Amino acid sequence: MSIWEYANPKKFMQTSGVLLPWVTALAVLALGVGLIWGFFFTPDADRFGSTVKIIYLHVPAAMMAISAWTMMLVTSLIWLVRRHHVSALAAKAAAPIGLMFTVIGLVTGAIWGQPMWGTWWAWDPRLTAFLILALFYLGYIALWAAVENPDTAADLTSVLAIVGSVFAFLSRYAVLFWNQGLHQGASLSLDEKENVSDVYWLPLVVCIVGFVLLFVTLVLIRTRTEIRSRRLQALLTRERLA
Amino acid sequence: MIALLLRDLRLAIRAGGGFGLGLAFFLLVAVIVPLGVGPEPATLAKIAPGILWVGALLSCLLSLDRIFALDFEDGSLDLLATSPLPMEGAVAIKALAHWLVTGLPLVLAAPVLGVLLNLPVPGYLWLVISLALGTPALSIIGAFGAALTVGLKRGGLLMSLLVLPLYMPTLIFGAEVVKRGAAGMAVATPLALLAAITAGALALLPIASAAALRVNLR
Repeated sequence: MSIWEYANPKKFMQTSGVLLPWVTALAVLALGVGLIWGFFFTPDADRFGSTVKIIYLHVPAAMMAISAWTMMLVTSLIWLVRRHHVSALAAKAAAPIGLMFTVIGLVTGAIWGQPMWGTWWAWDPRLTAFLILALFYLGYIALWAAVENPDTAADLTSVLAIVGSVFAFLSRYAVLFWNQGLHQGASLSLDEKENVSDVYWLPLVVCIVGFVLLFVTLVLIRTRTEIRSRRLQALLTRERLA
Repeated sequence: MIALLLRDLRLAIRAGGGFGLGLAFFLLVAVIVPLGVGPEPATLAKIAPGILWVGALLSCLLSLDRIFALDFEDGSLDLLATSPLPMEGAVAIKALAHWLVTGLPLVLAAPVLGVLLNLPVPGYLWLVISLALGTPALSIIGAFGAALTVGLKRGGLLMSLLVLPLYMPTLIFGAEVVKRGAAGMAVATPLALLAAITAGALALLPIASAAALRVNLR
């Protein structure tokens, strides 16, 4: 029993089929609890009023936007090294989801920034780095869409994911150099005594768990769809040849 | 390797090679921007470093598809792949040829366009230095984008989408060098970072480009 067994599409379909309803239910539960708790049962903040509550969408979405790219990087490496098709398809499946998380992060940030900073958009390092991340997602998705042969596409996008990771990382620190920020520091970090105060912290953690589960659910669904469409293609080809 | 370099240079310089088109585009950018922004010298002096770098970047981008596309079509890329020269070396040489034909003329022409854009006097030296250090990175990163999209029929737009995000760190540090140089501030930090990006890209990206080319030639 090793994790590589799930590289077998049949095994993956079986296991993910069993897991999917549970993960979905847990995601709905965590998101429901976290968001309702966060939106309705936390006090308004001193300086920010009720606008503070957008962090329950903003922070988890932003975290998942980066995590999704990391997951694509890992699955791309697995594809390049071990050539498991499920891995490549999972990377392909994760890209649009990651892009959506990036967009949610940017949009909720803009909605929050308008009353608080007085502007929808500022060329703040974090904001800029996120915009660049969105562009990397777009390029990655476009490359998948442009190449016809699925194996070639998987190879090329994997190489792009690796090079893109390095450059996205570089851009993150390059923009720090380029402009000073408006954005506040990290909301959650392990090495600080106090981050956001406790009333906001607990529902936020629940929301983050919910977003992770949501991501897993969506990736499972999309990967299963990709596998099925790949099987369909194979069947159609076989029929044409027969 | 030298034979390959000479061949690429000759092909680029002869009629239809597109030599000078990038330069003409760079000139046009420098002419168009004042027409759009207005002729006030103070405004132009402020945006000149950024415009010159963006212009250099875009004219570099224009000629990228030439690096591999023609050789891919007539099959000479397959011959290169089977030759004793490693693919990484071939990529590096072709990027060097691209730089000699596109990047180097940009470096030499940039001070003239700086006059058009009213670049402050201390900025000229740093403009030339930053472009000389940064444009090789543009060529080698561009070669990676060209290698990814070489097999596609209409890869041009897609290549821009892939390459432009990769250009951002180079652009930021390059323009920062000129901006600080023009304002008379210390430029050592962004200059060192720009050089680091160029050196890193030169060392590592040919490997990724060669991998992409091998996939596309399969």
